Amino acid sequence: MATEKKIVKTIKINADLCNGCRACEMICSAFHAEPKYSSNNPARSRVQVLRHPLEDIYIPVYAGESAGAECAGRGVYVIDGKEYEECAFCRSPCPSREDFKEPDSGLPLKCDMCEGEEEPLCVKWCITDALVLEVREEEVEVVEEQEMLDIGLASLIEKHGKQKVMDAVARMSASTKSLK
Amino acid sequence: MRYAETGYNLEIDLSRGNIERVASNPEDSQLYLGGLGTNAKIMWDRVAPEVEAFSPNNLLIFGTGLLCGTPAIGCNRTIVTTISPVNQLLAFSMMGGFWAPELKYAGYDKVILRGKSPDLVYIWIKDDKVEIRDASHLRGKGAIETAKLICEELKEPKAQVAAIGMAGENRVYFASIEQGRSSASRGGLGAVMGDKGVKAIVVRGTKDIHTARPAEFVGLCNEVLQYIQFREKNPIPGVMAILSGLGSPQEMKTHDEKWHTENFMWGNSRERRKDFWTDQIAEDWTSTMKGMQTRLISCYNCPMKCGATISPPDKPTYMMKCFSKLTYTMAAFSDLQFGLGIAQAATEYGVDGFSAPQVMAFALELLADGILTDDDFPGMPEDNEGRFYWLLDHIVRREGIGDVLANGTYWAAKQIGNGAEKYAHNTIKKTEQLPLKLSMLNPIYFLMYATGEKLNITQIEGQFPQAPFPTREERETFVKDWFQVPDEKFKQYFLDWEPRGDNSIPFYPTPAMCCDIVDWQERMHYIDDALGMCAGLSSFPLKPPYHIHNYPKFISAGAGFAMDEESLTKAAKRYRTLVRAINTTRGVRRKDDKPPENHWKKRFPDLEKELLDTYYAFKGWNEQGIPTEEALRNLGLDYVYEEFEKRGVYSDNGDAPSETTPAETGKEV
Repeated sequence: MATEKKIVKTIKINADLCNGCRACEMICSAFHAEPKYSSNNPARSRVQVLRHPLEDIYIPVYAGESAGAECAGRGVYVIDGKEYEECAFCRSPCPSREDFKEPDSGLPLKCDMCEGEEEPLCVKWCITDALVLEVREEEVEVVEEQEMLDIGLASLIEKHGKQKVMDAVARMSASTKSLK
Repeated sequence: MRYAETGYNLEIDLSRGNIERVASNPEDSQLYLGGLGTNAKIMWDRVAPEVEAFSPNNLLIFGTGLLCGTPAIGCNRTIVTTISPVNQLLAFSMMGGFWAPELKYAGYDKVILRGKSPDLVYIWIKDDKVEIRDASHLRGKGAIETAKLICEELKEPKAQVAAIGMAGENRVYFASIEQGRSSASRGGLGAVMGDKGVKAIVVRGTKDIHTARPAEFVGLCNEVLQYIQFREKNPIPGVMAILSGLGSPQEMKTHDEKWHTENFMWGNSRERRKDFWTDQIAEDWTSTMKGMQTRLISCYNCPMKCGATISPPDKPTYMMKCFSKLTYTMAAFSDLQFGLGIAQAATEYGVDGFSAPQVMAFALELLADGILTDDDFPGMPEDNEGRFYWLLDHIVRREGIGDVLANGTYWAAKQIGNGAEKYAHNTIKKTEQLPLKLSMLNPIYFLMYATGEKLNITQIEGQFPQAPFPTREERETFVKDWFQVPDEKFKQYFLDWEPRGDNSIPFYPTPAMCCDIVDWQERMHYIDDALGMCAGLSSFPLKPPYHIHNYPKFISAGAGFAMDEESLTKAAKRYRTLVRAINTTRGVRRKDDKPPENHWKKRFPDLEKELLDTYYAFKGWNEQGIPTEEALRNLGLDYVYEEFEKRGVYSDNGDAPSETTPAETGKEV
């Protein structure tokens, strides 16, 4: 199998260094405003600081992939005597909570590492170093695109039959709307 | 479209339970900016000089600064304005924290409370939804405890809460408004909130705040961020550690308290302990602080870690910053273990960390000297620390002698009589001051103490070093990268300032130089108070990231109106003069503009007269400290002049006795 080099960007979150100022939330929402920086609103931020000062809980959490449904069961973590609420470390916008959604439309948000910037803006603005960008190179296996397509089609044909699949492709080709 | 501000205030009439969202006049923002500036304008327009603190017609205004809620780093202050029960003058204490930006995100610049609620209530603001809710179940609860209970009952963990404790409910004259790690403490604002029957104002906002020229604005913020990092790496040499960096004095992370403990006074601002700070005490206090402190913490959108979470043994956790670390310790001649412990109770009760310890030390001094007797303190424990806890508890409940002491040292002394007045020796305009007693008159500080209307030296001083550096070489190094000065002449003033000889205090800086220096210091504080900027990144520290040269750019790129150094200076002068004017109509005259008699041992009456005369003239005030017609007209404050004429203030030199009873018994107008 062929391999290629891939750049992996990670934000190292040192919660022990977080001072709870929420600058990360503010600048995230400003960067993603249209036009850029024209407004800010931490409720739109793709990073949210779970913050309970009296319990000494400060956890910056980033928005990840949206979950269509709530989890079937939930977990509560107790670490070093501190109890973290359900969903504390979860990155998914989901029906069970308000975080990581546009406050007006409810559409899910996802961290994009501030594409096009030298580093994510939350990292740049966190001069207490609770958020630090780490970039590393990884070798990843390359799966041929054609091979993937063949596998996919074969499974569809197995499920729906060859004719239905061909009809669907023909219908989609005719409609420009559903083709990207 | 309004930028930086929302353009709306919340008007809440507590007597009638009426809530309205009212558009503010954009012209006022250009003339008075926001925060203190527009608060003062509203107070002038709507609160007549006859209205006393506990009148339903007194307003309690929670004003956000003009730039709160924008990306401007450290811009998070709420300016709370009302008439003070202590002296019936304008009180305007500020608090950092998270409340002001949250209110902006909810869509409002100010919350303006009027009237009085018949029952104890709290106000819940969530974006467009505003409710007055029952708070009877919160009566007597601590301020921090209240915040927690409300967030739980509303299921709103991200709501920000400004609340009073028992002191505010019982209208203690030095009651504070507490908000997490911050508080608005001076002037008895918490008492007015309690008088209005409001336990807390709770806010959650999820709306956008816009800036006029976004790219430019964020560029300015990035410059500030870089400069903060530069200053972190380059502390100012030759000044004590707590003052060498940015932020509030860094007392949570600095353990060396030699300077405070040996230069500030202990007890009822009486005794200086010159050899107090030993290696043993340094070790003990460091270990006390380290043992109780869990984390250094910040206000909204600020990298400075001026605060800390403190967990005293067997007590709930609370948050503190700055000098309240030592005020209780020093008032009680005790140790840090005691100080950090009683501060927990004081924070929940909601009292001013400057006034409360002094009031208690004052009471015990009166007892020691036989002016009060054991009969006045029934059931008070024998041990020193226990007495302070007992007194605090009785003051916030207004029980027994506590009811008298709850009015502060000035009024308590009057009520106690029998020579007690001499013991209320550390007040300006009836308000307790930092416990400092020094030797040689400092002309700069003389003017600041005499005329500063915030009645708190830390909220007028800053930028200019507090003392001359020993050698010319050190001074030359200091001025090299001192670009924050409004004018090059300030560098020369400092270069020529010597610890001894002809160019030393009290005669140098000269009165004219002192005017420039004091005016610059005060101007920067007033700008901060209108923009909502923390003094710790601007007016207070040496060489701060915000200054007179970049502020106009922040205002014009943020709020979208034209601003340069000259127009900003004029705007600040306009609302500073308005603050003076409000107090003028409330009777403040030259006789009131004075530091405590014993603040300095060596006084110079002729020089002091010259200083005050020169400064008044410099400010455009007459010999009574009243803004002149010319000055008022220049600032566009013609309406103030007309009111002055109508009321005959220019012919009133203040000889008639002002009010002689505490506001508690005062009539309601």
